[in-house]
Amino acid sequence: MNVLLNPELWSSALTLAIPIAFAALGGVFSERAGVVNIALEGKMLIGAFAAVAFASLFHSAWIGLIAAILAGALTAMLFAWATVYLRADHIIAGLAIDILAAGLTGFLFNSIYGQMGTPSDTPSLPIWHVPLLRDIPVLGPVLGHHEALVYLFFLVLGVSNWVLFRTPIGLRWRAVGEYPRAADAAGVPVLRVKFWAVVAAGAVAGLGGADLSIGILNSFSPGMTTGRGFIALAAVIFGAWRPWGSFLAALLFGFATSLSFQLQGTAAISKNILLMLPYIVTILALTGFVGRTTAPAADGQPYDPER
Amino acid sequence: MREPPPTPAERPHETVLEVHGLTKTFPGVRALDGVDFDLARGEVHAILGENGAGKSTFMNVLYGLLRPDSGDIRLWGQPYAPASPNDAVAAGVGMVHQHFMLIPALTVAENVALGAEPRRRGALDLERVVARLEELSEAFGLEVPPRARVADLSVGMRQRVEILKAFYRDARLLILDEPTALLTPQEVRELFRVIPQFTERGVSVIFISHKLAEVSQIAQRVTVVRRGKSVDTRPTAGATPRELARLMVGRDVDLQIPHPEVEPGAALLEVRGLRAEGLEPLDLEVREGEIVAVAGVEGNGQEPLIGALAGLLPAQGEVVLDGRPIHNLSVRKRVESGLGLIPSDRQDEGLVLPLNVAENLALRQYYRPPFGRGGLLDLGYWLERATAAVERFDVRPPAPRAKASALSGGNQQKVVLAREILGEPKVLIASQPTRGLDIGAAEFVHQQLLELRGHKRGVLLISLDLDEVLGLADRVVVLYRGRAMGELTRAEATREKVGLMMLGHQDAEEAA
Repeated sequence: MNVLLNPELWSSALTLAIPIAFAALGGVFSERAGVVNIALEGKMLIGAFAAVAFASLFHSAWIGLIAAILAGALTAMLFAWATVYLRADHIIAGLAIDILAAGLTGFLFNSIYGQMGTPSDTPSLPIWHVPLLRDIPVLGPVLGHHEALVYLFFLVLGVSNWVLFRTPIGLRWRAVGEYPRAADAAGVPVLRVKFWAVVAAGAVAGLGGADLSIGILNSFSPGMTTGRGFIALAAVIFGAWRPWGSFLAALLFGFATSLSFQLQGTAAISKNILLMLPYIVTILALTGFVGRTTAPAADGQPYDPER
Repeated sequence: MREPPPTPAERPHETVLEVHGLTKTFPGVRALDGVDFDLARGEVHAILGENGAGKSTFMNVLYGLLRPDSGDIRLWGQPYAPASPNDAVAAGVGMVHQHFMLIPALTVAENVALGAEPRRRGALDLERVVARLEELSEAFGLEVPPRARVADLSVGMRQRVEILKAFYRDARLLILDEPTALLTPQEVRELFRVIPQFTERGVSVIFISHKLAEVSQIAQRVTVVRRGKSVDTRPTAGATPRELARLMVGRDVDLQIPHPEVEPGAALLEVRGLRAEGLEPLDLEVREGEIVAVAGVEGNGQEPLIGALAGLLPAQGEVVLDGRPIHNLSVRKRVESGLGLIPSDRQDEGLVLPLNVAENLALRQYYRPPFGRGGLLDLGYWLERATAAVERFDVRPPAPRAKASALSGGNQQKVVLAREILGEPKVLIASQPTRGLDIGAAEFVHQQLLELRGHKRGVLLISLDLDEVLGLADRVVVLYRGRAMGELTRAEATREKVGLMMLGHQDAEEAA
């Protein structure tokens, strides 16, 4: 049980949770607006790649971060155009985005960086040491110093929660995801609202990708998201389509990953089995505990204003 | 924010709306074929017509959802051609749709604000919505809890929210589309009590309905539409239901459902302690030659009851059909032992729309002779049988190869009815068998159910339409929140009593 007392376990749980939490937040946006977002994985991957490419090109992690946001949003526009305006099936369009993202980033990686990998002098986001926070006993070592995006995440989370539940935009997002025809009748431009919700989701998922590549590391490797976008989707559901809920769910998965790392040094269990831990937790969470949470009523259904 | 429409006092015109020669054609259908209509300030003017007569098309034109092909509309003296509901709302027109345009997961205030949200420092100012709602509630006699979730409100309450939504947007002309269709008699009375409060304040009301009695009760004038034409406009004072029905249908109709004496026989369907999710333990009996009606407001346990009886939902308790327990049998075995079902939603559950009529008619029996043999289907037999069926059940067009999706609602229902009756059930469960049908088709369905009864079969009728319940039933069971509120014989079942039980009063006498 010494493992559980190690602040490193908890600190790295948070670190590992944040990329998933960003993507999950994006998932909350888009699913609240009625678009099932299986494309989160692809948007993360593209965000991760764009972050490294621009960070190394301009020697600025912050430019990389902005590039990741824009790349995520651009990818999301493609996805939103297909699902919202062309009424494509959300799962199939999402899968297409995921495959496209894997192929595109793999291709660009190979043709730009080749065998050498991304430049080793790629800047990464700073680690912030928060003066008061780091001095708190017990919590200090866990919360006191992290990549900048960990702290930015809480800002984004707070804003998201406010937007979703306290602003006209949020009301419209929730309305079109529940009963788009009623929103339409009330004068809400349903398709436009859905489109921008999905684009916002892409931007936030791009941040998640950036956190992986220039937050935690300073490099990109093909397929580096390793299913985190899908785990994020699980976090959306497990978190009952709420910003805070999805964060807590992401934290659970971060903890499972962190635990699997910590145990690798100590336990007699095979490393391969330990690495399965976060995925097993995902399955257990979705099968065992989801229970009564209900999705937005029109989640996943393309809306046709003419019918 | 948009300009508020002028108050009635500012308007010189006593006539709110004038419509001349309105036409609208859809591919193959002339939905509006010359409609004339006018509405005075503070008037309730009813539009009476059957389903498919053009009422909805007309309303959708007025509300900016459809653009007419030709014709002239003037609203408060000005030419009026709304391109969207937003234009209509901006012009002071409000509409309460028959199927409420409310989002159950949101609160009343959120629903009202949606699309016209007041802001305060970027945030949604729900307090202002609540305050305005309280004012409007007071002014128009429409009480609602502004912070409650719509999902938790009764149907009547939801309708009030819809009306308030229109008033919140400053509607001076209110279109009510079949507003009583889903209400209990008490809720109807409440609605009719408040409508004069609207008109006193200068609001004009278009009241769309196909129910003769309520039109005469609430409206000052009535315009009858038939096949896209406005056939007559007259004051309701002095217009008899019989005349109006003739105008509406185009021929004489029998408004009273004939109900010949049939001596009930042995019990055919015995239900004991049947329960499921949304249904509390229920006892029920249907005897030979009996129509037992289950009345109730939508969503009070009807669907769990049907699902439990038909084997579509997990349930506990006993169901005995003609002496044989069937509660442990599969859906197919239940059908084979003599249970028929007309589901509530003919398009979703009753038919497979992309299949043709002959195929739909064979759905219950395709796997066994003479429909199929040794894994092969005898399509020749299907067609032969379907040809006879469309003849007997008057399906139009009488084409066995026509896709079910190509038929009108009434003819689709006739196909469902044909399939179930040709299956020779001992007991037929008929759920809302005439929902959305015009008078002619509904009459036909009623005749068929009565014929089954005459042949000593049993019918369990589940209906939201009180007229249908009272007209057809030998006994009435009322469901409220998944519980049977009691059973009334035909003689005991008055509109008042059944209505009160639908609202949850156990002892109708005492509550009345």
